[in-house]
Amino acid sequence: MNTSMNTTLAEKAATPTFSIAMEERKVAAASSAKAIAEKLDFWYGTNQALKNINLRIAENHVTALIGPSGCGKSTFLRCFNRMHDLQADTKYSGSIMLHPENINLVAKEVDPIEVRMRIGMVFQKPNPFPKTVFENVAYGLRLRGFSGRTELAERVEKALRAAAIWDEVKDRMNESALALSGGQMQRVCIARALATEPEILLFDEPTSALDPIATAKIEELITELRQRVTVLIVTHNMQQAARVSDFTAFMYLGELVEVDATAKIFTNPSKKATEDYITGRYG
Amino acid sequence: MSTTATTRTAAMGEGVFSSLRYRKHRDRVIELILLAAALVAVFTTLAIVFILVYESAAFFEHVSIKDFLTDTQWTPLFDDAHYGIMPLVSGTLTVTFVALLVAIPLGTIIAVYLSEFATYRMRETVKPILELLGAVPTVVYGYFALLMVTPFLQKLIPDLPGFNMLSAGLVIGLMIVPYVASVSEDAMRAVPRYMREGSYAMGATRLQTAMRVVVPGALSGIAAAYILGISRAIGETMVVAIAAGMQPTLTFNPTEPAATITAYIVQVSLGDLPHDSIGYQSIFAAGLVLMLMTLVFNLIGFFLTRRFREAY
Repeated sequence: MNTSMNTTLAEKAATPTFSIAMEERKVAAASSAKAIAEKLDFWYGTNQALKNINLRIAENHVTALIGPSGCGKSTFLRCFNRMHDLQADTKYSGSIMLHPENINLVAKEVDPIEVRMRIGMVFQKPNPFPKTVFENVAYGLRLRGFSGRTELAERVEKALRAAAIWDEVKDRMNESALALSGGQMQRVCIARALATEPEILLFDEPTSALDPIATAKIEELITELRQRVTVLIVTHNMQQAARVSDFTAFMYLGELVEVDATAKIFTNPSKKATEDYITGRYG
Repeated sequence: MSTTATTRTAAMGEGVFSSLRYRKHRDRVIELILLAAALVAVFTTLAIVFILVYESAAFFEHVSIKDFLTDTQWTPLFDDAHYGIMPLVSGTLTVTFVALLVAIPLGTIIAVYLSEFATYRMRETVKPILELLGAVPTVVYGYFALLMVTPFLQKLIPDLPGFNMLSAGLVIGLMIVPYVASVSEDAMRAVPRYMREGSYAMGATRLQTAMRVVVPGALSGIAAAYILGISRAIGETMVVAIAAGMQPTLTFNPTEPAATITAYIVQVSLGDLPHDSIGYQSIFAAGLVLMLMTLVFNLIGFFLTRRFREAY
């Protein structure tokens, strides 16, 4: 199933022009897919928030989700780690296949905790726990049963370095993470997510609560992160999507309107709605 | 400032801004009423402290502080009078300890359940019922301890006396569970949702999220709940007066009968001692000790709360 799908995608992607086919939106010519959403619907109660989403997430690339408020981009993002399961009366249908094992992330029989063990998330508001910097980053490791002091310390340092925050906090490891600045907190949260080596890292408007300098640091970090992890980012800021992402998907009213290479979306979108949005005509 | 004053004077002459002056007066009156209401509480506290200290001073003219603190008997009403407060303190602390042994674990578990596990409907049903438990008159709890809990305990501990601190302590513990649970639950629910989501997103279960993120995050509020519980247990009167016996005994063994400070105060107040007798004054000395004990626990609570306060 997996291999056959990859082959078809590779074949279609081999054609030079980016035709935005209805069923399969192929975006990455060179890279393999890390996850593929197919016919994904989602309901809050009786309110359908996502309608027939088909999207291929390219491995080790950054995919941005853009669109006006209420278009369902955060809702879509939160399907990947089953955050909706925390709320009563929510329903998924369709699939998000995680490759290479071909696990349907939104299937009822798949344990959301297992899903979250493999897919990390960084939130809009920096949300470190009321613990020390060290314990924040070690949190996921401890949940996964790590307890050796040296091994924990090594992994925490590695994660903090990867999140470009090590130099700023290496002498403050035993201070409360809540004492850091907003930008530092957000990078500690990124380190916390990276420490457990997730396969996909979800960013839900990670810089909307930060100042421009902190934002620039996080953006630079995200572009570096793609070497080790597949990134999916929701952003309100189109410049940010243009700066950090390889692929951009435009969503509107719960539907995926268009997805393509970021450069193409921002210079020559195929759909009128996309063009209207990126030129600021609505949203 | 001076500009405003000039404008106002000029305007008042014309009668245009007279409503402003009226409003300012009205605001001032309301402010004074509110201040007076707040001061009632302050003055009451000061008056209580004054009476306690004043009457205790008369008491300590007859009894040295050394005897008060070191004598091991408290028999102010006997011919051979002794004035050692320690038997009453030991009784108070023992009952309080037994009560907390029940209230803190049970209250915390209930709070964690209500805040992190219960559905909305469950929480909205259970919490009012729980709070109703706190509205039952304490005299009812007293007879519950004496007539239900003690006979039951006597089946487990055959030589348990009919009056004992264990039964009184257990029932006081049950009595303050609603306070501990309710205040702790409020503190846990005040932990922001995004903090919980951060934990769930790392792959934590509900229990892990509750114990590793929510409880530490709500620690200052939970500490406040415990202190409230301790203060209630120390000050509880009816249950101990009914179920724990009335003889002051220097013991920390909960299976023995003993009097607490509050039980002693009730006992003497109900009698017909002349107002200037030393026995009468002794209840103020005992009351002063009770107040100081509560004060100490509140201070500890205050510092704990500050120590663990988290600004999200």
